[in-house]
Amino acid sequence: MSKLTIIKPKKVFSLDDLREVWQYKELLYFFTWRDLKVRYKQTSIGIMWAVFQPFVTMVIFSIFFGVLLKVPSNGVPYPIFVYTGLIFWQFFSAALTETSNVLITNQAIVTKVYFPRLILPFSSVMTKFVDFAISAVILVGMMFYYGYMPSLPGILVFPLLLIITFMASVGGGLILAAINVKYRDVRYILPFFIQILLFVTPVIYPASIAEKYSWVLALNPMTGVIQNARAALLGTTPINWLLVFISFTVCAIILAIGIVNFKKSERYFADTI
Amino acid sequence: MTNTIIEIKNIGKKYKITHERGRYVTLRDVLTGVMKSPFKFLKTKIKQAAGLEAKEDFWALKDLNLSINKGEVVGIVGRNGAGKSTLLKILSQITPPTTGEIRIQGSVGSLLEVGTGFHPELTGRENIFLNGAILGMRRSEIARKFDEIVAFAEVEKFLDTPVKYYSSGMYVRLAFSVAAHMEPDILIVDEVLAVGDAEFQKKCLGKMRDITEKEGRTILFVSHNINAIQQLCQKSILLEKGKVVMFDTTEKVVDYYLNESKESNAVSEFNINYGKDVQVHRITILNQKDTPSARIPISEDFSINLDLKVNNDVTGVIITLHFFHQGEVVFISSISDQTEKLSDFKKGDYSIKINVPKFLLNVGHYHFDVTVDKVFVERFDIRQYIVFEIQDINNPKTAVYNGQNLGVIAKILDYKVLKNENK
Repeated sequence: MSKLTIIKPKKVFSLDDLREVWQYKELLYFFTWRDLKVRYKQTSIGIMWAVFQPFVTMVIFSIFFGVLLKVPSNGVPYPIFVYTGLIFWQFFSAALTETSNVLITNQAIVTKVYFPRLILPFSSVMTKFVDFAISAVILVGMMFYYGYMPSLPGILVFPLLLIITFMASVGGGLILAAINVKYRDVRYILPFFIQILLFVTPVIYPASIAEKYSWVLALNPMTGVIQNARAALLGTTPINWLLVFISFTVCAIILAIGIVNFKKSERYFADTI
Repeated sequence: MTNTIIEIKNIGKKYKITHERGRYVTLRDVLTGVMKSPFKFLKTKIKQAAGLEAKEDFWALKDLNLSINKGEVVGIVGRNGAGKSTLLKILSQITPPTTGEIRIQGSVGSLLEVGTGFHPELTGRENIFLNGAILGMRRSEIARKFDEIVAFAEVEKFLDTPVKYYSSGMYVRLAFSVAAHMEPDILIVDEVLAVGDAEFQKKCLGKMRDITEKEGRTILFVSHNINAIQQLCQKSILLEKGKVVMFDTTEKVVDYYLNESKESNAVSEFNINYGKDVQVHRITILNQKDTPSARIPISEDFSINLDLKVNNDVTGVIITLHFFHQGEVVFISSISDQTEKLSDFKKGDYSIKINVPKFLLNVGHYHFDVTVDKVFVERFDIRQYIVFEIQDINNPKTAVYNGQNLGVIAKILDYKVLKNENK
């Protein structure tokens, strides 16, 4: 016969939850589609916005940090150096912000309809991934312009770097989302926190600038991602597989903590929002 | 084989009542609290952990047991705060129960609000797909029923217009239409018929009857519209203070509900929700002497007092009272009837007193709903089913003519008698 649902007070994370997310994959698609559609409908320059933002930031950073301050860039032209870092950074920070607010922005739905809540953070990261993909087109253009070709291991490591960024932003976002429901001021603290994080991540400067203390930077998983993205695409340094591995492990742990914690507090969302 | 489709065992739902004054709980406040008096914080934490701290709990539902058979259409009636919505929320898995277990055979579709997830920027066509997906329909299923949905909602011409340009009637029609085309084994419906015009309400009722009769769907239906419940449901549940008082044929339950259990409360209070921009948190019915009472003699003026909490400055607000008698609208009164414009409110507490003249409503039981809206844009708050009774006291209408007093309006008209002198 038809499926049996049992509703009980205690609910902890189990593999069924992931299976359920899979069952609702169409909803995941619709939420992503909605967010993209609405955003690009509301702004007059539409889809160009995704390109405009990192591009302008890159130009300004290149002028101030590259030309005026002469920040070292591992021997590659500063614009392409900073742009590679920026698009990963913007993917991460936008996804993190969006994910941490996802329950509040969707509270009308969360309090009225049942669906696996995990869909929401996943869809917000997907939305930001689309932005990333669009802004990456510029990067490809710049690579042609400056004459860079990614190495074969570089192409192999690239998806891995995206997965790490994905895990870091979803994991961190999930933890923040659960806190955000309880303490509403978190969302005002977050932008400040992200701004600080930008400066301790080698986006506008190479990790080598910290010399013997560069291991401190490595504690931040985005360091591994950005450093290796440059290595992969621009050949600044050899790919640091150890760093990729460490970042991957750290992010996987963050993601796991995020999901379990989100699941644990999920049942209170509808009551507290 | 048993025919039970929903089995509810010992369900209870506890809410903590917080006496916190202020906005949301903020991390800042908690942190400064810890910094300022770390020992006090520690002490309360330990007390809480040891269970010594007396926390005020409120059981919205307690030890609820029910079993509902396949194909039954069950109405749920009860006053405000009886636990109707909480029960539906638990059944729809929006909030978990504190105790007990529910076993459900089959898929559940819940309709706790029309148009959940509608996005104003998206077109009608796009919203049909989005809303359908949110309600748990597959894309192929929506595509298959698309024409039917559009035809039912009568919005063919506006399919590619963003719904923010829709009239509220069109919006509701489209939203209901999507929901009405869901095909779950069990459908849970909360008070969605309170919206839309009378004609469309009838159409919706008809659609729901079709669903149950032809397709043998199980439906749980909450409504303050007793007529709708009587038309749709064979059986009904009466909830009072989180408990099932009666589960019997609709006829018996409605009869009991309307006559025996009529406990009119003069003061209705609601938990403060800082997430809302504007909230009605207390409704008081006052008699001529300004004492709270929900039993009003027909020959006396009375008033309705609304206490409003405005959490954020708002503009273009309209506050409306909808008066009902036996589930049918008697009349609608808005603050704008008098001011002829929309109202603005600054953050703070307000109280609005609405005077109702004597001899307006006839003897009988009435209820009213209060809505606070930003017109066509947002519903800030809705409070439903505030009951009061107009009593047959000092009634000149029955003083001389002691018969049936029909109708809902008791206005005493002016009679000028002139004797025509024949010359």
